[in-house]
Amino acid sequence: MDLSLLALSPPGWGGVLLAGLFSSLQLAVGGYLLGLVIGVGGASGKLYGGPIVRDLLEVYTTLVRAIPELVLILLLYYAGTDLVNQLMHLLGLPSMDISGLATGIFVIGVVQGAYSTEVLRGAIKAIPAGEIEAARAYGMSPFLTLRRVTLPAMLPYAVPGLSNLWLIATKDTALLAVVGFSELTLVTRQAAGSTKHYMTFFLAAGALYLAVTLVSNVIIGMIEKRARRGMVREA
Amino acid sequence: MIKDEATILPAYKPPKARSLLEPHRLFLMAVFAGIFACAVIYMRWDWLPKYQDRLIAGIWQTLVLLFTTAFFGFLLAVPLGLAQVTGPKPLKWLANGFCTIIRGTPLLLQLWLLYYGLGSLFAQFPEIRQSFMWPYLRQAWPYGFTALMLSFAAYEGEVMRGAFAGVPRGELEAARAFGMRPFTMFRRIWLPRAIHRSLPTLNGETVLQLKSTPLVATITVVDTYSVISKVRQDTFLTYEPLLLLALIYLVLTGILVVAFRFLENRIPSRGA
Repeated sequence: MDLSLLALSPPGWGGVLLAGLFSSLQLAVGGYLLGLVIGVGGASGKLYGGPIVRDLLEVYTTLVRAIPELVLILLLYYAGTDLVNQLMHLLGLPSMDISGLATGIFVIGVVQGAYSTEVLRGAIKAIPAGEIEAARAYGMSPFLTLRRVTLPAMLPYAVPGLSNLWLIATKDTALLAVVGFSELTLVTRQAAGSTKHYMTFFLAAGALYLAVTLVSNVIIGMIEKRARRGMVREA
Repeated sequence: MIKDEATILPAYKPPKARSLLEPHRLFLMAVFAGIFACAVIYMRWDWLPKYQDRLIAGIWQTLVLLFTTAFFGFLLAVPLGLAQVTGPKPLKWLANGFCTIIRGTPLLLQLWLLYYGLGSLFAQFPEIRQSFMWPYLRQAWPYGFTALMLSFAAYEGEVMRGAFAGVPRGELEAARAFGMRPFTMFRRIWLPRAIHRSLPTLNGETVLQLKSTPLVATITVVDTYSVISKVRQDTFLTYEPLLLLALIYLVLTGILVVAFRFLENRIPSRGA
């Protein structure tokens, strides 16, 4: 193995790999946050929405969870850019180039949204009903109830599921390599292909992904400890 | 990392089963049927008969990959789980490290590492090139099979760890009190009880595995996904082939879920 290939400055490919890791992380963070927003909306809709909203959300979560991420990513990647351009066309604006990053975040977010909807719905259902009723009895508006009571109270129940989702998000970004977005996996393949040192680069990229997972695990542990403070420890 | 979610979240109780024939559902179904009809009428499907046979072969290949990798992955998961629960320290670390590494890196990267990395490494050794294995090692599917199997083994191994650890002490003590040797106890009590406990997760894991299979198309294995990619290249259509692909996977997932529910109902368990 020739480690000088991994040097940070140009004859080595280390800098390129790190740039790839950075765009992977951007995708993961963006997609995860978008997924959380969709998830909060989806969970509220599934629990408190009208019958049509509930059924539509059920269709959304079922479809996304039954179709492979790779297929969804391809479909949404083309459909998303197409849709925006059609909309611009309708509004009489010139069609614009949508950055790969924005599309990637949208795609990951839609996929993550379905899973977070389910996680958050389960967590909200685990809150003792009396707490939410008490908030309502105080005359809090639905949004205030959500912000002051529901979201903080469900956090300890949601953290395990949400942290799994974060780990899945970091790994799902690799799928965007298939549509040609230069994140860590695709960059690695290009580096490996042009130097013919396949093992070196793929192992290096694997180490980077693993480092992200392990660091996340440590942080998740701290968040979990904080979210569960004041709760009875499970046996 | 993976806690028993059942202990944290109370089991989800579906709301009282509602009829499919409520007015708003009839309306929604009519809307979806309308969209479906529009898709059938206004989109181009004339390529379908030409690729029909290849598509069916591709679906068959997907299913074969799914079931063989899940089966062998499960066989590998049992020792992985057992080693993490009772193995001697080095074995425990080894099994734990394996699960962490596989679960901590993307499957696509593992697939490419095996196919491009190992593939190019094998080609350097004349001993391997002259061995009887070489005709197989030159093809793509052994690498796809290995990657999918290892991934299933790692995820299911983690489940098996929890399942082995969760078998009540008393049952094992009773077996020992009956004078069973360790191996007999394992064969008669521990393993069957652990597998029984892990069955509910098997459904989800198998669906996840089905959703991972299209990745092998990126290393030139001809499955459903790669047949559809071929259609897209030949006909320059963007959406139609992908929509059909999504529909195929949707149907496959549906069949798997229903089949597993049927099997689960046949396995006796004490109602909680």
